[in-house]
Amino acid sequence: MREVAIVSAGMTPFGELWETSLRDLFVQAAREALENAQVSQIDGIYIGNMSGGQFVGQEHLGPLMADHLGMTGVPAARVESACASGGVALRTAFFEVASGASDLVLATGVEKMNDGADVTNVLATAADQETEVYHGVTFPGLYAMIAHAHMHAHGTTFEDLSAVSVKSHYHGARNPRAQFRMEVTLEQVMNSSMVAEPLRLLHCSPVTDGAAAVLLCPLERAAEFTDKPIKIRGSGLATGSLALADRPDPAFLDSVSLSTSRAFDMAGVSTADIDVAEVHDCFSIAELCVLEAMGFAKPGGAAELTQAGETKLGGKIPINTSGGLKSKGHPVGATGIAQAVEILEQLRGEAGKRQVKNATIGLAQNMGGSGASSVVHVFERV
Amino acid sequence: MAGIVGYGAFVPRNRIKAAEIAKQWGKDPKSIERGLLLKEKSVPGLDEDTITISVEAGRSAIERAGIDPNLIGALYIGSESHPYAVKPSGTIAIEALGIGPEVHVADFEFACKAGTEAMFVAYSLVEADKVEYAMGIGADTSQGAPNDALEFSASAGGAAYIFGKNNLLAEVLETYSYTSDTPDFWRREGEFYPRHGGRFTGEPAYFKHVTSATKGILDKTGYKPSDFRHVVLHMPNGKFPLSAGKRMGFKKEQLEVGWVVNKMGNTYSGSSPTGLAAILDIAKPDDLILITSFGSGAGSDSFILKATDLLPKRQGLAPTVRSMLDNPRRYLTYGEYAKYREKIILNTGA
Amino acid sequence: MPSPRYWREIPTRYRLEAGRCKGCGKVVYPARLVCPSCEKTDFEPMQLSRKGTVVTYTVIHVGPDDFQMEAPYPLAIVETPEGARLMVQIADCDPADVKPGMEVALEFRKINAEGHSGIICYGHKGVPA
Repeated sequence: MREVAIVSAGMTPFGELWETSLRDLFVQAAREALENAQVSQIDGIYIGNMSGGQFVGQEHLGPLMADHLGMTGVPAARVESACASGGVALRTAFFEVASGASDLVLATGVEKMNDGADVTNVLATAADQETEVYHGVTFPGLYAMIAHAHMHAHGTTFEDLSAVSVKSHYHGARNPRAQFRMEVTLEQVMNSSMVAEPLRLLHCSPVTDGAAAVLLCPLERAAEFTDKPIKIRGSGLATGSLALADRPDPAFLDSVSLSTSRAFDMAGVSTADIDVAEVHDCFSIAELCVLEAMGFAKPGGAAELTQAGETKLGGKIPINTSGGLKSKGHPVGATGIAQAVEILEQLRGEAGKRQVKNATIGLAQNMGGSGASSVVHVFERV
Repeated sequence: MAGIVGYGAFVPRNRIKAAEIAKQWGKDPKSIERGLLLKEKSVPGLDEDTITISVEAGRSAIERAGIDPNLIGALYIGSESHPYAVKPSGTIAIEALGIGPEVHVADFEFACKAGTEAMFVAYSLVEADKVEYAMGIGADTSQGAPNDALEFSASAGGAAYIFGKNNLLAEVLETYSYTSDTPDFWRREGEFYPRHGGRFTGEPAYFKHVTSATKGILDKTGYKPSDFRHVVLHMPNGKFPLSAGKRMGFKKEQLEVGWVVNKMGNTYSGSSPTGLAAILDIAKPDDLILITSFGSGAGSDSFILKATDLLPKRQGLAPTVRSMLDNPRRYLTYGEYAKYREKIILNTGA
Repeated sequence: MPSPRYWREIPTRYRLEAGRCKGCGKVVYPARLVCPSCEKTDFEPMQLSRKGTVVTYTVIHVGPDDFQMEAPYPLAIVETPEGARLMVQIADCDPADVKPGMEVALEFRKINAEGHSGIICYGHKGVPA
């Protein structure tokens, strides 16, 4: 397989974008990526999207988006893995270019959540319909159960969870594209309204519209499009039991552990090599569990890492400098690509107030459902 | 001879005090408690209905009977609060209890006596050797209209009886029924709350049918009131059954075990069947037992039963009625009660 | 809730029917075609005991529309003596009393109803043992 680079990116602001439809969100992000690379012909488009069908009644996004991009005829298809749709779209594009089958492929993600759909019910389709949703569970509810299991097994506290949100907002306040650009205090987080015990409103990522796109090409051609490419060194995907009740340990995300070791094996790196990482903090507890499953901390140790400030800008391993899903927003299918955009900017030195000094190797981890799918990519500055 | 081979009851765990309801409507709690001889009643949760109560009572009955549920050839649930107007409660119950598919099922309605009629038919099928075992259940989650006298008593609960011919816990010695068309209490299709004829529900309805059925079965068998160790009558409130019992010559000691209304309320089709279960929970071998139900509309079913030597061995195999009434319970405010009983107006959209 | 989909799940929901893998002994609930542990496809039908222990839990305050009237309600993963785990609501107790290790009995309850004209969905909930 040949080496693959990301040569440009495009991304809409994330938030409640009432004026912009699903298709226009896509077009905005995709065109920005194409214009930044000065490219007008591409070989393929992958669109990460959890459920255009349930949010706005629109399936068959491949042809729709190609058409609206003015590229009818170009191969295009939607990729789905719930909240990991974007990451899996990136992986699919990566292998198509790496294999030599295509040269220029756009990996994109888009979600339009605010057009009046019953968001709770739509998101719940990523859980087990027959054994979980049937009994009245919600996504916050599933992660709340993970949180209680983690607190029971490791002594993680409510303050520990809340510290993650404080950090996320600190970063998000420095991200012009973020949905929430204000910092929050620990008291505000801890006193926000209860959603599913122990998780409160400010432990949960919001409902967001948005799109993101990255353009992939073979590394050997990257110079045609940018003088600051980054390369994708590794990709790993893993599935876990869909139902939380079927996991050996509800507090441990096996799919994250497996996808990370696969990506690390391909890239030839370990956690010590990573300078900056975007991880899937759909709920504060998720960030702690992901860090442990990836090996940045031992099980039960992520709280300490966070409280010591190591995951904040300036710390040993800045996590979610974009603001994470919590503060940047979480347009479900777009998140995986938006994570790649943040790492691209970090490795290019273009992250402004969020810049991690000398960031050379970065990582993006994107997760679906309550940890039933996880996809990890390792990137390196060229 | 056919009789009861298994029995079980279920009373929801939530409660509301009569005083709390009285307070809501500006009535004097003490007069209410004195007048109705009622302290509190059971309240079904939003997740409980006639079917869930029937299933749990049925499970206890199967435990006590110790039989393979597949041998039950008929199941009838009598209630005035079947969850569906069309689709039997009984089919959901058989699936949950592991009965069938070779089984007869239909739902019964006859106000508060649908349960005992279901029991009579189940017993008769066994007596006639049509099926080896049959189950009759009386269960309800009836509504009392806000600010109406019946709101103090309308409660939820039920009991299930399995009839067979072997290993009886209680023999059925005789049955009797007394019925007429008496419009004392009714609910039209689609209406949420029932209506009733006030004091007309007393003498011409309750007392007439309860005493006539009881007299009928005593005449038929030649038994005297003093022959019975335990007697349970339908309990629309605390006063009526004690008054009717006294009038018919029964003593307080005979009536007290079955008189569960004081803490349970009126569980309609579950009323006398649950009172009977409370009696069976403590009855001794050879105790003679009389049960007379009453259902508005109106009618009364009577049974004379005799406890067997096997009964004490099976009593402990499932929860007793007394434990369901006396164990710590959760008391609701009127607001919580109104929410659970869906008395709060919502849009009717699907 | 479409009728055929509901009807298919009745043995699972009403009788807690599960399967014990003849290959490795794992108890799979709901029953499946392939054992998640050893990938064999031969099972012995069985029913779970109607009791268990809470493994982890939450109390849902913001629920799906259909369940909002019951909120706040506890939801837990309960493990039965056979080693099967299932997700159920916990009823008839103060939500504050639910914790890992709590013993529950599994009782037949109404889980949901589709508005005023749709079908009623039944299943089990845990109640304090």
